Formats: sequence, structure tokens, C-alpha cells
Amino acid sequence: MTDTAWIDLALVSARPQAMGALLRYFRNLDMAEEAFQEACIRALKAWPKSGPPRDPAAWLIFVGRNSGIDKVRRQARETALPPEEMLSDVEDRESELADRLDGSHYRDDILRLLFVCSNPTLPATQQIALALRVVSGLSVRQIARAFLVSEAAMEQRITRAKARVAAAGIPFETPDAADRAERLAAVATMIYLVFNEGYSAMNGPEGVSADLCDEAIRLSRLLLRLFPAEPEIMGLAALLLLQHSRARARFDAHGAIVLLEDQDRRLWNRGMITEALAMIDKAMRHRRPGPYQVQAAIAALHARAERPELTDWEEIELLYQTLERLQPSPVVTLNRAVAVSKREGPEAALALVEPLGERLSGYFYYHGLRGALLKQMGRVGEARVAFDRAIALATNAAEAAYIRMQLDHLAAETGRPDSVKEKQ
Amino acid sequence: MLYAVLCYNDESVTSAWSKEEDDRVMRDLTAVQRKYVEAGKLGPVARLLPTTAATTLRHATGETIVIDGPFAETKEQLLGFYLIDCGSLDEALDFARELSSANPSSGSYEIRPLALFKPGELPS
Repeated sequence: MTDTAWIDLALVSARPQAMGALLRYFRNLDMAEEAFQEACIRALKAWPKSGPPRDPAAWLIFVGRNSGIDKVRRQARETALPPEEMLSDVEDRESELADRLDGSHYRDDILRLLFVCSNPTLPATQQIALALRVVSGLSVRQIARAFLVSEAAMEQRITRAKARVAAAGIPFETPDAADRAERLAAVATMIYLVFNEGYSAMNGPEGVSADLCDEAIRLSRLLLRLFPAEPEIMGLAALLLLQHSRARARFDAHGAIVLLEDQDRRLWNRGMITEALAMIDKAMRHRRPGPYQVQAAIAALHARAERPELTDWEEIELLYQTLERLQPSPVVTLNRAVAVSKREGPEAALALVEPLGERLSGYFYYHGLRGALLKQMGRVGEARVAFDRAIALATNAAEAAYIRMQLDHLAAETGRPDSVKEKQ
Repeated sequence: MLYAVLCYNDESVTSAWSKEEDDRVMRDLTAVQRKYVEAGKLGPVARLLPTTAATTLRHATGETIVIDGPFAETKEQLLGFYLIDCGSLDEALDFARELSSANPSSGSYEIRPLALFKPGELPS
């Protein structure tokens, strides 16, 4: 680590707490961001000489708040408006800050900050972009790269999101228990979306998407530290760790998808798996299962199997049944069908899959799985049609390449030319 | 005289390390440890998983209760530690319950899974 690297780390880890508190003071995302940035600049000047403060977050909040108030006063003089109306909570709190921030206050600040970003009036992509900008402090350029859009487009998206949040009005009162549960669920979803954004773009530009996954894991850890007794948050953190633990095994050297059962399990990150399994064990003791816990428990069963044939498919099917009950969705049923195919064969699985056709006709995996099951049953012609549909719905090159490989296998088995290749 | 050296740091900082940074820290630490291992002075080395993976068994008013999270009561101090190989959290909790019933004082046992363990060897 370089001499000042510790400052960068301290700023990154203090950011959610400091931004949360500054947002509470200023009730405006842009002002809170500017104040935080000003505080960071002063920290970079002051800390190398004075050493780290006892509580970096409190230092940043204090300095940021003062610089923000200064700025508002200057603007107020220019526009002759009473500044007090633009501010809230400006009564002196130095002693409180110096005494270290009260834990529960800190928790509500961060939750509020995360909640603002997961505002339900925003489309998911804007929620993610806003969270990455405001909570994680990623630059607009980094976020734009992750979403594969231009910097200008991303800048606009974030600006629009901020305007929408401001127009929606942010609830600043301390949330009550019911409110908090609702917010927590919204925030958990937002973190999950950040992760999925990175996960599904994993074969995009090197490193970008892995950063998003890492960031989502960091946010889930933050949330878990704030709510250490919430089993669903344990489940969320465990789920993300388990999925990310396979990052190095998911693609081969040419960027092609490697299915779970074909992955080299030595490439799985054991550290992440161990931590996730400990969290799942702990969550299960609460006897309050939720969708994230169940999904994490399924991922844990895969992680626990040393070889694919040792996978406990029976338990996995039971867990998918639980998930269907907790969160019914045709996609969950589709996943259960995979477990059924392993235990009872392709016929039983196909019987589960067929009725989903109406709702999943535009879904890549539906046609992919249907094709694979039909292929196993020797219904080659129908398998080919299903794979053709899948390839048309693939959202990235790796998915398309995988189905093309399936079609090649079919062609090799039947000695007939591959219809997709003919079209190209 | 044997000394226990316990490592404290801010988890929000260490969990913000990238894999490369973490690997570098662990490599540098291992280099320091090697010298003492070769001199026969270093025993077991353990790295704990984050406090969010911890469970606490608290002994109060005649019964034990299992609660979440790390043991972070500042009025209680770390007095010692055990290493035990268990198949599940339940088994580890059973062990802690036995310790707790043998222990006349109140207080708690924090169960923290390990992230790394090197047994080391010391001349007895």
C-alpha cells in the first residue's frame, strides 16, 4: 500500500455513513455530495500531516456540514434568501459528533441514503446508477462503462434520477419498525440488482462487471452490519458471496459459458464459500425463511458438493418448492424443473416446463432448457426449434455461443446441417 | 512465557480491500511469520471470518440464550480462546453450552468461524 492509500480506504469506508448524515442535514443529494467532496479534499490535505482522526466519518460529517453551510450562506447573501429555510437540523451537534455518532442514528442515516436510491418511482437501472454514484462513489465514467453506455448518457440518467427523487420528496423522519422492514426489502432488492447487473455482464469488458459484484457484496456487508439479526440480509449476503465465488469458473479461456456441472470446482473461491455457509447456518437458526435465504441455501448445496454427481438434488427440489410458495414465479418453476430432470428424468421435467410456455415465451432460459430436455429425449427436430428460439433471445454473445454449441452437437448427432448457421 | 497476540482492525476497512490488496497483506504477514516459525517460536495462526458471521451464546439468569452478532460489550474483555473442529453451528453451540454450564460466572461465548488456520508448532 502506498503512503496515502489508507486515506482512500478510509474515505471509501466512511462514505455511506458520512453521505447519509449529510443528506439528513441538507435534504438534497447534490448538496450532500458537494459537501462530502469538499470534506474529502480537506481530508487529503489534513490527514497526511495530522494522521487519521479517531473517527473518520464523524470528521468528514463535521467538516462537510460546515462547508455546506458556508456555501448556502454565501449563496443566500447573493440571492438574499434566509438560509435557515433551506437547512434542517443545523443546531450545533459538535459535542455529539465529537463523542462519536450514536449507533442508531448512523444506522437510520445509511438506511435512508440507500432507501433514497432504491426509490420505487425510479426504474431499476436508475436505482442502480444512483446507488453506485451516491453510496459507492463510483465515477460517472466507471458506471457508464459498467452499463456499456456513453458517459453523457449516464450523466443524464443520474441527473434525471436525482430530479425525480427530489420531486418525490424524501421521507426524513426516523422510520418506524414496519416502515423499516419495507425499506430494508427495497434496499436489499436494489443491492441484488447491482449484483445481477455485474453478474450478467460478466463477459463484458474485463474487470468492470466484477467491480459491480464486489460493490454489491460490500453494500450487503454494510447492510448486515447495520442489521446483524436480520436473517434475510444474512441470506442476501450469503447468496451474493456464493454466486460470486464461482466467478473464475463460469467462463472458459475463450469466454464461453461453462455450466455449473462442468465447472472446475477448484477455481471456486473457498474463502467466500466458507463465509457464506457460516451466514446461512446462522440465518437458518432464526426459522424465518425468506426468498434470499432459500436461494442461498440452494447455492450452498451446490457449493457443498465436491463433485457434481454428489449434488443433493432432492433437497434442492424441496427448496425450490419452498421458494415457489414464498415467491411464486414461472422462472422459479423453471429452475425446479432442472432439479426434477436430475432426479426423475427429462419427461417429468418437460411436463413441468410445458405449461410455462405462455408466460415465458420471451425468455432465453425457457427455450434453452426445453431444447436441452427434448434433446435428451431424442426429439431432435423439436429441440432444434427450441434452440433456434433461444438463440434469437440471447442477451449476450456467451449465451448465443452456448446455444450454438448445442445446435452443433445436434447437427453432429444427426448429420444434418445446423439451421442457424445456414441463416448467417 | 507464552503470549497471545490478538489482531484488531476496522472491519469496514478490511472488507473494502480488493482481492489484490488482501492477498498482499496476507503475503506480507506470512513473510513476517515465517521467521518466527523457523525459530520455533510461533504456534497456531488463525484468521477469523467477519463479525457478521458470528453467533453469541449468552449465559444469563440460569439459562443460556443464543443471539446474533458479535460479542461487543465493552465492559467484558476477551479472556482466552478455544479452537474446535465442529461439523455444524449447532455442534459448536453445544460445546459453548457445556463450557457455559461449567463456568460459574455469567458472560458469553462468541462463536466465530475461522477463515484461515495454520497449526504451527511450538516446543512444549
